[in-house]
Amino acid sequence: MPVFTPPPLPSEDKRWKIVNGTMRKNGFARHALIETLHTVQSSFGFLDDDAIRFVAASLRVPLSQAYGVATFYHYFTLKPPGKHTVTVCAGTACYIKGADKLIAAAERRLGVKQGQTTSDGQISLMTARCVGACSRAPVVLCDGEVVGEMTREQVLEQLERWIVA
Amino acid sequence: MTIEELEQIAKSARQENAKYDYEVNVCMDLACASQGAGALKDALVKAAEASGKKVLVRRTGCMGPCSHGPLVRIDPEETLYHRVQAGQASAIMYGIGGSPVPELQCDLNEHFDKQVRVVLENAGYIDPEKIDDYIARDGYKALLTVLTEMTPNGVIHRITESGLRGRGGGGYPTGLKWSTVAKARGDVKYVVCNGDEGDPGAFMDRSVMEGDPHRVIEGMAIAAYAVGASKGFIYVRAEYPVAVSRLTTALREARRHGLLGNNICNTPFSFDMEIRLGAGAFVCGEETALIASIEGKRGTPKPRPPYPASSGLFGKPTLINNVETYANIAPIVRNGGKWFFNMGSERSKGTKVFALTGKIANTGLIEVPLGIKLWEIIEVIGGGVPGGHKLKAVQTGGPSGGCIPTEMMGIGVSYDALMAAGSIMGSGGMIVMDDTSCMVNVARFFIEFCMTESCGKCIPCRAGTAQMYNLLTRICTGVGTMDDLALLEDLCSTVKETSLCGLGQTAPNPVLSTLKYFRNEYIEHIVDKRCPAGVCQMQAGKSETPGGAEIPSEVVA
Repeated sequence: MPVFTPPPLPSEDKRWKIVNGTMRKNGFARHALIETLHTVQSSFGFLDDDAIRFVAASLRVPLSQAYGVATFYHYFTLKPPGKHTVTVCAGTACYIKGADKLIAAAERRLGVKQGQTTSDGQISLMTARCVGACSRAPVVLCDGEVVGEMTREQVLEQLERWIVA
Repeated sequence: MTIEELEQIAKSARQENAKYDYEVNVCMDLACASQGAGALKDALVKAAEASGKKVLVRRTGCMGPCSHGPLVRIDPEETLYHRVQAGQASAIMYGIGGSPVPELQCDLNEHFDKQVRVVLENAGYIDPEKIDDYIARDGYKALLTVLTEMTPNGVIHRITESGLRGRGGGGYPTGLKWSTVAKARGDVKYVVCNGDEGDPGAFMDRSVMEGDPHRVIEGMAIAAYAVGASKGFIYVRAEYPVAVSRLTTALREARRHGLLGNNICNTPFSFDMEIRLGAGAFVCGEETALIASIEGKRGTPKPRPPYPASSGLFGKPTLINNVETYANIAPIVRNGGKWFFNMGSERSKGTKVFALTGKIANTGLIEVPLGIKLWEIIEVIGGGVPGGHKLKAVQTGGPSGGCIPTEMMGIGVSYDALMAAGSIMGSGGMIVMDDTSCMVNVARFFIEFCMTESCGKCIPCRAGTAQMYNLLTRICTGVGTMDDLALLEDLCSTVKETSLCGLGQTAPNPVLSTLKYFRNEYIEHIVDKRCPAGVCQMQAGKSETPGGAEIPSEVVA
């Protein structure tokens, strides 16, 4: 049986070595696909075509399966995120406490829909399916930091700070 | 690691703690941390040094009443302080050993008196990143006892005797599940922990994994011994980065102490486990979908049988239990099955952790004996609905559950009673709604959730939830007709009867339960083009209440 040689790294970028590390740790096993895509996303911020092709070839999974996984799970994104990200939790407790109004206010101010990034690449507006801080609902993540009991005014203030900066 | 060595660690950890006269436990769970508990802990450490008193400042997992955060408890005097800010650290330190700071003291005796802590027994008492803290509170004692003194059958017998039922929502008897996997043929078996807490509004599993990670590991190791597995996986949501890091630390510490790995406690038993990250798919809480996800595939469910107990992960017999189920194992082994059996109601034994959220005064985590009346949870433990509003319903079971109306607050909380009320126990989310919530809109919210989370494999769920969402949207915007309502009810039964997995089979529950108890709200939306709670924006223009929660409650009531 011919020995499998993984494909060369796509570029000199050191982050590919981190990605390769995850695959090596798992013995280039096919079941490491999701783990590896997590590493790609945490290193590069998103999954692009090159990354998906590279991972699929390295783990010997069909490209269709790799693309299927990348698009099936909500956590993976195929588009680069903005410089800042505001994530409004849309879980049940947050919904009961008016998270939809926070989303609507942010959409109006930024001129984008949820899941999109402003055209200047500054701010991404995302929603999350419950971050588990329900007792502090409604919850907003500002660049990953959990802020509880948010009001519409506080969300807008945060956006203004990023827009000025 | 032998039992003697374990006792030695416990002893020296207790001696280390005994060097201090007082312990200051700071809750650093997500809710408290988001209110400045990090800075508070630093300030307390500084103040402790400055005070010259022998005080140990410790970070702990969730203490429970999150709405009172950041929380600080002084032991051994058990003074609980709430809403503490960093600037008040020296005042607290000054009060230790003397008189407590009155304005920060928290009177939640009623809140705590009704609770019984089994799963959360260590929450608020140990540093989750210190294995010695866990061992000092009898941690890993159950595992070593099992390995040296009990047969696998004996363990299963004890779990069966306890009457423990799966805490993930289904309520399947845990002992029965274990014995099925134990009897399954195969030299390779797996144990899997379902930490994919996708139910929005529930965060018990996150708190357990973050606040007491070793408890889950110990439970899984005992399960592995009982069913004959040597490898385990913990599947955790990627949205819970702290849980992942705490579990990673805990696994490293457990291996270092020889509590995981080869020949644990000098016995032939070997066991180790890995963490697998979820990637934001609610359907992966379903066991066959979760297995597909661990295998690196799209998380789509498979028809059962074959059940995972005979053919699961990588085609091998697999035991899958929820985080909270595993968290119950060590105390059951330590205290005996009868001890657990004597708590709870007739067919639902033990305690259950609930995440109490929504329109209620004391939000947070509670652990209560099953069979407790719903009103006791809402009025006594939860402190009632704030702001002069009226309780309307309690939602349990997340998107698979239903809404229980005010009139039914007298029911005891158990698997069967909730099922009879048209809801389910679920994983333990309990969301309180008052008169500012529109039940049609709530139903629409859950159907939207199920629609976007449907994996798309079977048609009833994929197309059915989308059509149900359209119908509910029509009703919510004031263009719905009575025919729409009839069609909606028809669809509910089709989706319920014909979907492949639990997601689709239970997706109509929020609609069915609101139709059962709040049918008049649907009718009002359709006939009067009016939303009684003032939430839905009516297109028809006849609406007198133009949306928004600002509407005074008198108008609504």
